[in-house]
Amino acid sequence: MRDAFISVLNEGAPRHPELILLTGDLGFGVLNEFVDRFPRQYLNVGVAEQNMSGLAAGLAIEGHTVFTYSIGNFPTLRCLEQIRNDICYHGANVKIVCIGGGMSYGAVGFSHHATEDLAILRSLPGMLVLSPCDLWEASEASRYLLAHRGPAYLRLDKSVAPVNLRPGEIFCPGTVRVVRDGADVTLAATGGILAEALLAADRLAELGIQCRVLSVHTVKPLDTATLAAAASETGGILSIEEHAIDGGLGGAIAESLMEVGAFPNFFVRMGLRNTFSSEIGSQQYLRKFYSLDAAAIVETVSAKLGIAAGSCA
Amino acid sequence: MTTPANYSTRYLARRIRTHALRMTSSGGGSHIGAIFSCADILAVLYGGILNVDAADPNKADRDRFVLSKGHAGGGLYAVLAESGFFPIEELQTHYKDGSHLSGHVSHRLPGIEVSTGALGHGLSIAAGMAYSAKLKQAQHRVFCLLSDGECDEGSIWEAALFAAHHGLSGLTTIVDYNRIQGIARVSEVIELEPFADKWTAFGWAVREVDGHDHDALQCAFEAVPFASARPSCLIAHTTKGKGVSFMEDTVLWHYRIPRGAEFAAALAELENQT
Repeated sequence: MRDAFISVLNEGAPRHPELILLTGDLGFGVLNEFVDRFPRQYLNVGVAEQNMSGLAAGLAIEGHTVFTYSIGNFPTLRCLEQIRNDICYHGANVKIVCIGGGMSYGAVGFSHHATEDLAILRSLPGMLVLSPCDLWEASEASRYLLAHRGPAYLRLDKSVAPVNLRPGEIFCPGTVRVVRDGADVTLAATGGILAEALLAADRLAELGIQCRVLSVHTVKPLDTATLAAAASETGGILSIEEHAIDGGLGGAIAESLMEVGAFPNFFVRMGLRNTFSSEIGSQQYLRKFYSLDAAAIVETVSAKLGIAAGSCA
Repeated sequence: MTTPANYSTRYLARRIRTHALRMTSSGGGSHIGAIFSCADILAVLYGGILNVDAADPNKADRDRFVLSKGHAGGGLYAVLAESGFFPIEELQTHYKDGSHLSGHVSHRLPGIEVSTGALGHGLSIAAGMAYSAKLKQAQHRVFCLLSDGECDEGSIWEAALFAAHHGLSGLTTIVDYNRIQGIARVSEVIELEPFADKWTAFGWAVREVDGHDHDALQCAFEAVPFASARPSCLIAHTTKGKGVSFMEDTVLWHYRIPRGAEFAAALAELENQT
């Protein structure tokens, strides 16, 4: 996803001379083409995320489209007050890009895992929160941000779901994308972990359960209508995210459905339950450890629907 | 420059202080000592140094002023009202229900570039503005007023490193060095000395000035940038609460609200100044 984002920047920078990319001294090797081709539109601000975010606000107020770029929590939680006061309060045209969404950085350790970012960033007034699931969504979301005005957060995952487009499908920010249709249960995921939802849907299909798989690439503003339809048309909803269950995708869905009076038959938030991702291992290992992989999804759905998961679990 | 021609900057400073005294007294909040401390700096800047125009507050080539010590917002509101950016009567709404004039400075008002209040933010924003001007080869300048206590914030020094590395000669930082912070003296909380040496070591061209001497402030501001290809830092030695004897150099008057006999005595002192 990172490479998809950077290639969109490389492609868009000549057409957007006001665009400027700030990095907090990260992106070794991957930013070379951008740096070589657009030196005036690139700024390595050093390991100083508070200053990066304040600078971004100042540049945006002067008319630039600013991207800030770093890993995990560094461009978000480390400088949250600058994002709140300097960027969001002024409606500044700053796009905050996190590479390493969720537990992408695996064995690097919990310091590099972004597992509260969605909850925190979506609470900020005026913030657009994008969390693509595959390379197509990552490219399209990045492209959308080139022309979008105002604060935005782009959460990029290392893992990706397979690209599975309907003919002529276009990317619509602010909507929930129906990746697969079904009426028995809804699997609503955000980020690369949608791959687990698709695997689970395949296995559940073998048990005769048809899943509706939704990619919530826009966590804010949330497409309540599509989710409310899922609540009434399918047998229940699972939210699936590499994130704390508190206030992230699951929280957002629960809030908005309750507010519109749409109550699914059951609702399960799959995510980290009051725990840091302190176990050590790859992203895939961590998903299994924290019961967020396809097997865990199959098991949860089976239990809720009262059928035996059998060998599929 | 919209300051009435017959206003000296000293008279303007006295007007700022008198407005601020009334505003904090009737509004019941904000930081009178911190406003009085920088009233002379604001008066000299808006009295002829800054290229700003009340009739066209967003003109592209204006000098940018960022009040990073946002708690002195009352002072900035006062000098902008005196300079014609909005009606002086609006000052009376300060701190009141439905006002545009929050205690910490708000960009809802014409002439105010950014809202601040959380300390340690303004210098990064100002550096972004100065970097943008440099990219565009624009001639306007950026001035940023810091408090001394604010220099406890690490983000100030992140911004200081950045501005020097990029040789932002269009950026001038003024530190209102009154040596009293929120609840105690700077020397008791976190010593900043050797303060000028720190800014010099960070790559800034530094000068020091009596922050209440209008001629000295004028000279210093006319001399920016103090060196080519470096940002300028003007350390203004000031007295917290300057202008009212019983407020001067006291920790108490960082937060205290002037009311009753104290308000009357303070007003009398200000009105008797020449």
